[in-house]
Amino acid sequence: MTVNLAALAYLIAGVLFILALRGLSSPETSRRGNVFGMIGMALAVAVTLYLAGIRDALTWGLIIVAVGIGGGIGAVIARRIPMTAMPQLVAAFHSLVGMAAVLVAASALYTPEAYGIGTVGSIRVASLVEMSLGVAIGAITFTGSVVAFTKLQGLVSGAPVVFPGQHPLNALLGIVMVALIVWLCATESHTAFWALTILAFAIGVLIIIPIGGADMPVVISMLNSYSGWAAAGIGFTLENTALIITGALVGSSGAILSYIMCKGMNRSFFSVILGGFGGEVSAAAGAQAETRPVKQGSAEDAAFIMKNAGSVIIVPGYGMAVAQAQHALREMVDALKEHGVRIKYAIHPVAGRMPGHMNVLLAEADVPYDEVFELEDINSEFSQTDVAFVIGANDVTNPAAKTDPSSPIYGMPVLDVEKSRTVLFVKRSLASGYAGIENELFFRDNTMMLFADAKKMVEDIVKAI
Amino acid sequence: MEAAQIDPFVFRLSIFVLAIFVGYYVVWSVTPALHTPLMSVTNAISSVIVVGALLAVAVEFGTGADDDAALVSKILGFLALVLASVNIFGGFLVTQRMLGMYKKKETKRQDA
Repeated sequence: MTVNLAALAYLIAGVLFILALRGLSSPETSRRGNVFGMIGMALAVAVTLYLAGIRDALTWGLIIVAVGIGGGIGAVIARRIPMTAMPQLVAAFHSLVGMAAVLVAASALYTPEAYGIGTVGSIRVASLVEMSLGVAIGAITFTGSVVAFTKLQGLVSGAPVVFPGQHPLNALLGIVMVALIVWLCATESHTAFWALTILAFAIGVLIIIPIGGADMPVVISMLNSYSGWAAAGIGFTLENTALIITGALVGSSGAILSYIMCKGMNRSFFSVILGGFGGEVSAAAGAQAETRPVKQGSAEDAAFIMKNAGSVIIVPGYGMAVAQAQHALREMVDALKEHGVRIKYAIHPVAGRMPGHMNVLLAEADVPYDEVFELEDINSEFSQTDVAFVIGANDVTNPAAKTDPSSPIYGMPVLDVEKSRTVLFVKRSLASGYAGIENELFFRDNTMMLFADAKKMVEDIVKAI
Repeated sequence: MEAAQIDPFVFRLSIFVLAIFVGYYVVWSVTPALHTPLMSVTNAISSVIVVGALLAVAVEFGTGADDDAALVSKILGFLALVLASVNIFGGFLVTQRMLGMYKKKETKRQDA
């Protein structure tokens, strides 16, 4: 009876997690959704503690110390982390889920009785299969996320690492991994388990290093998905409904986000995985120096143009966040609104370094979310707009994506900023963007370049208004 | 064929497959503006793997398995519990912090 009640409680926890995601369909319901998630987690933990029937003080002590340490670290990080660093943080959190999956699988192997999956030496084969999948995906998630974290944090270069024979090597390791899983399931050998774990750690590194910085939004989403599948694998081993449901939710969520990011860059998922993007392209673009004349303007010019405009669409990119210009930008917008200018923000799907990143950065700067629009909702409005103010963005505005089939970004959805009457481009120099591609927009008649650090330029414009 | 029992695995697999479909439709209904909180909250909920960590820590000495294996399990469980706790607290709190930033135009006018 107790077992059935517990199973129902886990099911309720799973449903609460679904509601947590459901809440995110609009900002108004999102906070309540997050609370549902917390309740679900608390319920799952409480039921597990009840089922475990812990009597000894040592175990309680260990649990309190572990939760105290982990919870304390987590709470401090959550409060202090700057929003620009969210991609790294999420990558780091994925690695923790991956590692936890590995540790739990190992513990299930050593003491299967505690999980009700048999005894040492005679664990059910089905459980061994689930366990080996959980540990393999978990280990790949762990090292893959660590590599993604070091790239995003700038600890190592974001450039893709490619070497001859990379793909055959990965394929070979994949085959060896399958062989180890078969060995583990057939014999329950602890050696096979640890060999599988170490091999999966190595594969995690190898599959992420060839992927360049520009593709990081896809990588983070992909690792999000992996962490879900790892959790689901462990959920099957533990025969736990909450874990299975959660794993499925997270797995499909990450997969959808990967798809959206790939579409935003017009890249196939497969070519992202194969890697190498962002390296050879920038080398090619760097070779041809551009000498065409551009129209250059000052902060005063920009202030004059925008003050007298009826409508302005702001196109922010990651460069704005790097320059920490979002707060200054909001001040500029407030000043413009006092002059009766209608303001909207246009966000490209890959404007930040992870899905939805730019929206969070603007929200942090107190930009109301109902002034912020996604690409497909606003793209038709540029033609009726007086000024497009592009700050820290480049490739996502490049018309070459629509007109030049030889361009590496051809086919990528872009914001039609060139259709507005005037385009103001805040940029430090004429250098090409993240993908290393020349933007012919800079040389058009209706474009005015504002060469400066984004934050300084915006502050100067505020003064001039 | 006798009145055979369905393997519980099949039940769990059914739940899994249905949950993937639920996830598919729920995630497509998430507004793109909230994709970052979506990632942090999915991260937080995937730390429900904490249930496995708790069972590992709660392994008792002197029952069934030998004490060495129980000790290994307890240590692994302790580490997993620390990692999962970082994720639970960090994930939910950072999501809450982010969601708190999303404001509408009207409310902003009021504080100004």
